[in-house]
Amino acid sequence: MKRRLNIMLYVCAVLMSGEVFANDAAKSEGTVPMQMISEGDSVPPNAVSDEQRVKNEKLYRQRCGACHALDSNRIGPRHRDIYGQKAGSVSGFNYSEALQNLDVIWTDVTLDEWLKNPTAFAKGTSMGFRLRKASERKAVIQYLKSLSRYSE
Amino acid sequence: MQDITRNLSSRRDLLSMTGKTLSLAAVSLVIGREIKTASAADLSQDIAILNAAIALEHEGIAAYQIAATSGLLQPAIVDIGVAFQGHHKGHRDILVKAVETLGGTPAIEKSLEEYARNIKAETLKNQTDVLRLALDLERGAANAYLGLIPSLGNDFHQIAAQMAADESFHAAILANALGEPIPKAALLFG
Repeated sequence: MKRRLNIMLYVCAVLMSGEVFANDAAKSEGTVPMQMISEGDSVPPNAVSDEQRVKNEKLYRQRCGACHALDSNRIGPRHRDIYGQKAGSVSGFNYSEALQNLDVIWTDVTLDEWLKNPTAFAKGTSMGFRLRKASERKAVIQYLKSLSRYSE
Repeated sequence: MQDITRNLSSRRDLLSMTGKTLSLAAVSLVIGREIKTASAADLSQDIAILNAAIALEHEGIAAYQIAATSGLLQPAIVDIGVAFQGHHKGHRDILVKAVETLGGTPAIEKSLEEYARNIKAETLKNQTDVLRLALDLERGAANAYLGLIPSLGNDFHQIAAQMAADESFHAAILANALGEPIPKAALLFG
């Protein structure tokens, strides 16, 4: 009798713990901020939480939105899918000679240097805008990366 | 007033001057300050950046034109938009004159239809949508001018700052019209 009771208690404990795990899993969806995942994990390294993505997008609009859009060429070229692509390669945009001759792929490193001081990176470019704060450059790059199919 | 283009009649003249160092007295007449010297490469760089600013102003002028004729705005809001558009035309004229004086060719405007496509004018359904778009563009423009100052030659710092101030004035009015709260933290732009 005592053995049967122990088994029942064990089964209940297992079922309860399963419910707890299920609740945790539900909580982890969507709104709970995720940390950046290191390489080798199953989630892509450029994954960001929804909250961070909203912040990044807002900053992008404030800092880049005067001249750039994601899907149309304006004062500057459109930005969707620009991460991981060669500089000066957006179709339909009339690039300066400086950008046409720039043999660079846009990555975390090259974008950071570019945004820090574009006229030093590509003398003669028409982009004079410098993004002074490293944290803002990182956020903008993270945003561009999240929007690119060439980010892997 | 002296003809400021007489000294520097063409870009070729400007950029081919011996020693790559030039007097910028003519440009000083455009922006009202004394200018020292700059290399030909620096001048070309300034022309490129100033032309991007002209393109920005062209788009701003067009955006206000599209807004004013959209039928979505109350007459009082149209009046404000037309006043802001006038400021942007003033910026454009100053920038065009500066580029021409440096020997460059000013950026030309696109068609109104192209600007409408680029700013997704078809998505604007009411006055709030229009004000929101205008606010985004003005905020962005204020940040853009502030962000390009370090890349411009010293002689253009003040005029770029003045234009940033105009854009931030526009942004403040628009934010107020949309009922946005006053930001608590200092250094709202840049």
